[in-house]
Amino acid sequence: MSTTIKIELRQQDLKKIHEICDSFNNEPLELINILHKTQEHFGYLPAEIQDAVADKLNISTAQVYGVVTFYSFFTMTPKGKHPISICMGTACYVRGAERILDEFKKELGLQVGQTTPDGKFSLSSLRCVGACGLAPVVIVGNKTYGRVAPDDVKAILKEYE
Amino acid sequence: MHLLVCGGTGCRASESNLILESLKRELEEKGLSSEVQVIMTGCFGFCEKGPVVKVMPDNTFYVHVKPEDAGIIVAEHVIKGRPVQRLLYVDPKSKEQVPDSKHMGFYRKQIRIALRNCGFINPENIDEYIARDGYASLGKCISELTPADVIDIIKKSGLRGRGGAGFPTGLKWEIASKNKADQKYVVCNADEGDPGAFMDRSVLEGDPHSVLEAMTICGYAIGASKGLIYIRAEYPLAIHRLKIALKQSKEYGLLGKNIFGTDFNFDIELRYGAGAFVCGEETALISSMEGRRGEPTNKPPFPAEKGFFGKPSNVNNVETFANIPVIISKGWEWFSSIGTEKSKGTKVFALAGKINNVGLIEVPMGTTLREIIFEIGGGIKNGKKFKAVQTGGPSGGCLTEKHLDTPIDFDNLVAAGSMMGSGGMIVMDEDDCMVSIAKFFLAFTVEESCGKCAPCRVGNKRLLELLTHITKGNGTMADIDRLKNMCNVIKDTSLCGLGQTSPNPVLSTINNFMDEYVAHVTEKRCPAGSCRELMKYSIIVDKCVGCTACARGCPVNAISGERKGPHFIDQEKCIKCGACFEKCKFGAVLIK
Ligand SMILES: Cc1cc2nc3c(=O)[nH]c(=O)nc-3n(C[C@H](O)[C@H](O)[C@H](O)COP(=O)(O)O)c2cc1C
Ligand code: SF4
Ligand code: FES
Repeated sequence: MSTTIKIELRQQDLKKIHEICDSFNNEPLELINILHKTQEHFGYLPAEIQDAVADKLNISTAQVYGVVTFYSFFTMTPKGKHPISICMGTACYVRGAERILDEFKKELGLQVGQTTPDGKFSLSSLRCVGACGLAPVVIVGNKTYGRVAPDDVKAILKEYE
Repeated sequence: MHLLVCGGTGCRASESNLILESLKRELEEKGLSSEVQVIMTGCFGFCEKGPVVKVMPDNTFYVHVKPEDAGIIVAEHVIKGRPVQRLLYVDPKSKEQVPDSKHMGFYRKQIRIALRNCGFINPENIDEYIARDGYASLGKCISELTPADVIDIIKKSGLRGRGGAGFPTGLKWEIASKNKADQKYVVCNADEGDPGAFMDRSVLEGDPHSVLEAMTICGYAIGASKGLIYIRAEYPLAIHRLKIALKQSKEYGLLGKNIFGTDFNFDIELRYGAGAFVCGEETALISSMEGRRGEPTNKPPFPAEKGFFGKPSNVNNVETFANIPVIISKGWEWFSSIGTEKSKGTKVFALAGKINNVGLIEVPMGTTLREIIFEIGGGIKNGKKFKAVQTGGPSGGCLTEKHLDTPIDFDNLVAAGSMMGSGGMIVMDEDDCMVSIAKFFLAFTVEESCGKCAPCRVGNKRLLELLTHITKGNGTMADIDRLKNMCNVIKDTSLCGLGQTSPNPVLSTINNFMDEYVAHVTEKRCPAGSCRELMKYSIIVDKCVGCTACARGCPVNAISGERKGPHFIDQEKCIKCGACFEKCKFGAVLIK
């Protein structure tokens, strides 16, 4: 599913990673918090960043990779400029979220977890955003769309053209 | 006068923050800013009709408010004292406007204990919490009661854990208090993994101090000086409000060293989850807090003996904690007078799905499903027929018509083949296919299984495959037996609660809706008309004008017919993609 992306870490990137690790005293027990901060900064956690974190904390890359892949919040591919998340919580599901997701997949030619080649949109699913009264719910960037119908999908995407 | 604007996630998604700003601006223009306060509160519960604005002290309840309504609310209601009729809630039965929230069917049957402050106070202001007796219970515990007294009160109240299993809270505290160690921890489980539930989130967003106060009381009772809140990183608003609350209570000396001038010290720290359902399980939660993969471990040892960093740790759910300060202030006798014999107090539910009044409700234990769905919930959406209600999320089951009059409490729900869970309650109507619902939950479990033990890792995958097989019309009667057998094996042999309960959605739908499974496998028919692969597409000759749009849209050329003449679908070729249905502008494509 996810394609491997090769990136070159710049000196300043490495410095940032070290800063983050230092702020947690390079404590492996803080790995999840460190990864949260790192992802916040870089937007995603490619293999090279995981290597750098592992080096700094003096643990194996496998341990870092194990944690990154365990938690769905962490991602190894960059999100699009306009990340699209479709709520697949039970309330949204019974109000037709699956058809909305299908429509987005079709319109964008993406599977869940992928990003368009131009980096504009990425597609993901979430579980209950706490707005079940508005089900089915779609979030694009910081904007929440409620009571979305399959026919609305094109218009939503148009807003970001 | 106060204007309360709902700042719950649902209402904020409908831009209630803009309403807050407009109201403030209008008041400012009229020179009323000092007399009338506008406050953003936590969730009012009535999410269906959001954004909601409430005017206090008269309880006027405005629904579906828009930012541009601010002008009229201030001009008419605030200045002239005349409620704005068109923004009032209209009772769907009597078709009359309801003047205030006290007379709304949605609130009438509710008793608010855990949600007592949600929608009443500004969660970002500790003074408002204190004004409603906040931190008085902590004061009472520390200055008047011994730790053993506190535990005794909680035990006698009959409070059971609201995180799912319903373990008696007082007993849990007692066990933790008896384990000797140099350091103990109080852990608040705010992982709320049930997909379709937002109770804990609403408590944290609407009344964070009640949880902080309760954790501190727990720390005093069990002899811990450190508290940890494990919260999902996906809850940014709750995290934001918790951080503010922590800062304020430290400033007030209600957290930190020498609380209330005694030698009792207690501090609370936030730990972030990263999106893994299994981390709601307490041993997995602890591994996750220690920075590792959230894989459960065998119990015993329970966290009360060996928890965070191997030290005794008492894990409780958010809602469990939210009940504590009230039990202390109003007494265990009061608390235990509410509810049923074995389940005391109230339960918060996130009521959602095909129901008129989606929202957050709190009802006494022992309320029936009928009261919840038809009175509080206002019945089924669009006049459809009630089919089932799912409780307990991925660990629970579907209850049907015949359970409508069962008083709900921990034990009755288990006896009916479901469970309380954390409080998700999803209502389904005649259009929902029960096999698909079981499949939906299994897909969730498969994705969330941590993979540590084979029955759950492999077994659930096989269950999902079989269910998919059935919804595609490829199943046999033997598959249904196979499902049942496998469910029982997974239940009996999985390591943690996730695997032990994951077959429940399958078993309960088989038990309650066997005919629906049978229709899928023998007749290759989905009675609810929801399984796409089992639908039959045909063209209504009378309605077809021969525009050829369907034939051009069909990816497998299954449609034939002359321009301006009726078209036909070759059933052998049809792959049931639905393209013709979408393309037809004349409603001539029939799905059955
Ligand atoms: C798979 C799984 C998921 C769970 N998720 C949660 C959760 O999201 N929130 C929660 O409070 N308890 C959850 N629990 C229950 C906890 O393990 C634990 O029993 C609970 O937090 C104890 O608190 P209580 O006694 O106050 O209910 C989960 C259990 C299992 C097995
Ligand atoms: S039952 Fe499932 S979630 Fe629990 S330990 Fe086994 S594999 Fe992991
Ligand atoms: S299930 Fe989608 S917002 Fe709750």
